[in-house]
Amino acid sequence: MSSVASAIDDPLVIGSRTFRSRLIIGTGKYRSYQEMKAAHEASGAEMVTVAVRRVPLDRSSESFLDHLNPSLQILPNTAGCYTAEEAIRTARLAREALETDLIKLEVIGDQTTLFPDNEQTVEAARFLVTDGFTVLPYFSDDLITAKKLLDAGCPAIMPLAAPIGSGLGIQNPANLRIMREQLPDATIIVDAGVGTASDAAIAMELGADAVLMNTAIAEAQNSASMATAMNLAIQAGRLAYLAGRMPKRLYASASSPLAGVIS
Amino acid sequence: MRIQVNGAERELAPDSSLRDLLNSLSLPHDRVAIEVNGNVIRRAEWPLAILNEGDRVEIVHFVGGGSGS
Repeated sequence: MSSVASAIDDPLVIGSRTFRSRLIIGTGKYRSYQEMKAAHEASGAEMVTVAVRRVPLDRSSESFLDHLNPSLQILPNTAGCYTAEEAIRTARLAREALETDLIKLEVIGDQTTLFPDNEQTVEAARFLVTDGFTVLPYFSDDLITAKKLLDAGCPAIMPLAAPIGSGLGIQNPANLRIMREQLPDATIIVDAGVGTASDAAIAMELGADAVLMNTAIAEAQNSASMATAMNLAIQAGRLAYLAGRMPKRLYASASSPLAGVIS
Repeated sequence: MRIQVNGAERELAPDSSLRDLLNSLSLPHDRVAIEVNGNVIRRAEWPLAILNEGDRVEIVHFVGGGSGS
């Protein structure tokens, strides 16, 4: 089975939308628009996330969105919001500007760690789903919060793997495994913490449906090469998860037949 | 009259609409969104939305970002 065929047969489903790529990427921290575009192209991602900010009034501002490939699905986010109320206002502004119901919900609880405020996130998610949004919430990797977000009507949930921008990799694989086992039908997207390709592969091998990342690609010395690596790692991790790994054993188990050895 | 736009005080002719404000700021009209006193104003309503003294207007667009602030 080729990886291309597998990606077509095995799409990522988020609400009414399907994607062949299981990689979602950010648009921040790139050294230039050219580098960003090259990385986006190399990543194979079909969806990119953007932030909502005040228009500067003291200078003419070009539209950042003009630097994105028009075929990309834009996923606006509520980055920078610290309360449910701020996140709801930001989501409504994003919907009006882009005419999309998609929102990556982010309610931060602490400036040093950028850890999410799970309580405010659940509150905002309930409100936004009722208001007609397709809500993709970023939250701390906690099973109970995951259940509340799914009960609220979120079509996918986005647990962190490590602090935003830290590149520390999957810090609590047990939590991701538990979430996968306990929520077999949920769409789980690991958001934040991936540092290099093996981290993305591990997330997928643990059963994540997709990975969202920004800094790991944007801050790589060659961001387009890293984007390619992430694209391949996510496909490899997905295939390994679907294939089902062998059991781990403490002792050797010979791969060659024991019979017929010369003596 | 005086209003607030993105946190800064601004002088505007009386009976100006949101569309007048955008034009006076030379801002593009597409892929931006506007809030007045905390409520999003739909694009179709911009020409009719008359601003009042002391109104707080937020005009937003999109920037590069992944997560965090």
